[in-house]
Amino acid sequence: MTTIIALIPAIPFLSFLILALFGHKLTRKLAGFIGAGSIGMVALFTFIVAIGFFKSLPEVKSYSVTIWEWINTGNLKVDISFSLDALSLVFCFVITFVGFLIHVYSIGFMSKDEGFSRFFAYMNLFIGSMLVLVLADNILLMYLGWEGVGLCSYLLIGFWYKEPANGYAARKAFIITRIGDTAMIIGIFILFLNFGTVNINELMQQASGKWASGSSLAVLTAALLLCGALGKSAQLPLQTWLPDAMAGPSPVSALIHAATMVTAGVYLIARTHVLFSLAPVVQSAIAIIGALTLLIAGFSALAQHDLKRILAYSTISQIGYMFLALGVGAWSAAVFHFMIHAFFKALLFLGAGIVILVLNEEHDIFKMGGLRKKMPVVFITFLIGSASLSALPLITAGFYSKDEILWYAYSSQSGSILLWLAGIVGALLTALYSFRMIFITFYGEAKTEPAFNPGKLMTVPLIVLAVLSLVGGYVELPASIGNIHLFSNLVDNTLPVVVVKAGENQEILFQLLSAIIALTGIYIAYLIYFKKPSLSEPFSHSRINKYFEKGWGFDKLYNTLFVNPVVWLSVIDKNDFFDWWNIGIARLALMFNSLLSYAQNGKLRWYLMSFAIGIALILTYMLSK
Amino acid sequence: MLTVSIETQILFAGILFFLGLIGLLVRRNMIFMLMSIEIMFNSAGLVFIIAATHWKQPDGQVMFIFILAVTAVEVSIALALILQVYHHFKTLDADAVNKLKDHN
Amino acid sequence: MDVFFYIAASVAIISTILAISGRNAIHSLLYLILSLLAISVVLYLLNAPFIAALEVIIYAGAIMVLFIFVTMMLNIGIERETEKKWLNPRMWIVPSILALILLVNLILALKNVKSIPADNNVILPKQVGISLFSTYLLAVEIAAILLMAGVIGAYHLGSQKKKVKHRFLEIK
Repeated sequence: MTTIIALIPAIPFLSFLILALFGHKLTRKLAGFIGAGSIGMVALFTFIVAIGFFKSLPEVKSYSVTIWEWINTGNLKVDISFSLDALSLVFCFVITFVGFLIHVYSIGFMSKDEGFSRFFAYMNLFIGSMLVLVLADNILLMYLGWEGVGLCSYLLIGFWYKEPANGYAARKAFIITRIGDTAMIIGIFILFLNFGTVNINELMQQASGKWASGSSLAVLTAALLLCGALGKSAQLPLQTWLPDAMAGPSPVSALIHAATMVTAGVYLIARTHVLFSLAPVVQSAIAIIGALTLLIAGFSALAQHDLKRILAYSTISQIGYMFLALGVGAWSAAVFHFMIHAFFKALLFLGAGIVILVLNEEHDIFKMGGLRKKMPVVFITFLIGSASLSALPLITAGFYSKDEILWYAYSSQSGSILLWLAGIVGALLTALYSFRMIFITFYGEAKTEPAFNPGKLMTVPLIVLAVLSLVGGYVELPASIGNIHLFSNLVDNTLPVVVVKAGENQEILFQLLSAIIALTGIYIAYLIYFKKPSLSEPFSHSRINKYFEKGWGFDKLYNTLFVNPVVWLSVIDKNDFFDWWNIGIARLALMFNSLLSYAQNGKLRWYLMSFAIGIALILTYMLSK
Repeated sequence: MLTVSIETQILFAGILFFLGLIGLLVRRNMIFMLMSIEIMFNSAGLVFIIAATHWKQPDGQVMFIFILAVTAVEVSIALALILQVYHHFKTLDADAVNKLKDHN
Repeated sequence: MDVFFYIAASVAIISTILAISGRNAIHSLLYLILSLLAISVVLYLLNAPFIAALEVIIYAGAIMVLFIFVTMMLNIGIERETEKKWLNPRMWIVPSILALILLVNLILALKNVKSIPADNNVILPKQVGISLFSTYLLAVEIAAILLMAGVIGAYHLGSQKKKVKHRFLEIK
């Protein structure tokens, strides 16, 4: 059992090596087979491990395996060791299974691209790093995986490197997440300084023993770790990189920026929840940040006209929901929403990828239309995904997960009606923008004709994800509907149960409210964008729409505050003292070259003259001795 | 029989050699350069004979015969090369054959 | 006997100077032949009659004649104007200074040579022949191979590709 756990992160790294070293010699079929097959194998292993894990509950709650010793100096002793518990198992399942479907899709999507094997190498490296992140036993190894996924995100966003804008977007993503990463490593330093260990379980135990609730050290460390999570998960104020990261290929957006990497922040906070319980200030900050982000992103998504940017802002918004859940202490609800969100967001991104590919790289939804009849499979799966996103009541999985969060936002110990209000407005916005997307893209008359029909490699993963978006919610039904708690029972082995302060009969009221709001949002979208498009005209040309579209001006703010001064400084400093030194050496060499090249002018008599002068000099010198 | 001192003899050969050197450095026509080289060869051989007389051995004369053979070969090949250069460059100017220069 | 040496030496030097400063190629070559004849006289005076004969036969008779033939073939007598242009007196200064320096060096170097009085010992061809074919046999063989190489090389280097001139095509 433990060997299989050790193999789970190892296999993607192995296939990364094979593809990186020999990828250009392999045929496309073989490269795709290795790339997707390795993740399929890992998914199978996860499944086997999961069965073993379920069988051994509730006695054994976690498995550990140490591979080798990494650092051993002074009092710092770090091993490469993995530990699997319920939280890691859920994350592993999502990463490997959704990752496998996305890899299969990519074989079809990237089939005409020249960097085929390079793509799969990077994707496998990413999956390997992400698995290291969620399976890590100590926080330093988790940081290794954290940095690894950041690197792969950079490599994959700028995958089509010949276009300079892609490189700019990749650098922006990397730099902004770097700000968060720096805060996180300082937090890790403080933890090690105080407790002398980096093992997460030991850290949490010692922290709950030594630090009082609300002590300044706990607040500082929790705040620093929160900054790291904010950067990776694209929450306020570090959310500006995610919409620009849509410059990468759609499978990348599906895997990294919907299902896995952006949820690393959620994982971090869930993993170190003890620390956050010791700093209630920080935990309420998480909830507030989550609420604000989901509202801001929801408004921004309403004003976009690039298909992938709508989905990017939607991702920011949904992760805001997860942060909201974490902030009020509803740990299992956050993880549940993460799983369901992975399903339908990956589905939406893959579907958007097909639409963009088939319409010859057309991203503007106002130039699409009428795809309902022409691409029925894509339309139906996309519809299911959007319905799950909008939390259509009772039939979609999204309803159950989002509803759980909304309920706990109000009813949990640290919840409040304000947070619930933010959540419900966000739900309305979600329904609005997702069905706006559906109506404009798939209905109406076709402004661009699709060039070809997508093959099975691309549509079968869509169908699988669509089915999961519908039935995935049935593992966790609230008490009023089915009272199935398979998921929370699993996760509560690791994370504490949420403490509720309101009664269960109020729950039905809130569920009804969220169902009504979702349906209202869909109806309004139907009215404005389908029946009478003219109703949306005054809004779409207003100044507030422009403000929403630019992401509430955050890009402009950061540019003015940070980017422009640094660029101005470096332009001024272009020819400073150290540059003179380097340029001077080069100029000296060039001067010598031009001097000496006079001596090589090809003229025979010149050379003879130099002979004669040399002989005269040497003889004179020898005779003078 | 000859009471001229050996310094004078070698000086004579030296003057001939340096005349050849001057001719080599000054002239631009390749035939003249070759001719100057011949003068230098000849004066070197003269020094060998002077030495042979001085030490009363035939080795210097043997050396002169070898120099003669080498000169003959060298002249014939050099003239063949000059012919080729003339056919290619249409001139006998030594400065015109500067294609190996550093194009800076 | 010394006076003959001085006369022959001055003839050689004067004709060499005329050879290297002449403008007409054929004239310069003929001056050079004259210089070689004078040197041959000097060689005879130096108790090497065989070598004197060889100098005239091979050097003046074969090598210089080869020179003259090639010069005539190249037809460069016409270019007297270019020669005049190329030979301005200013160009003689620096090489002369150089040669003067070297000459001074030579004179200084010769000061330590002690001279053995000459005698009437003529070195006969027989001695030279015996020396050639006993002590220096290997060198003779190598010189023979060198001459063969020279013949082959000169033949090969002197050949030009046949120019087939058809009326309508010109293949070089």
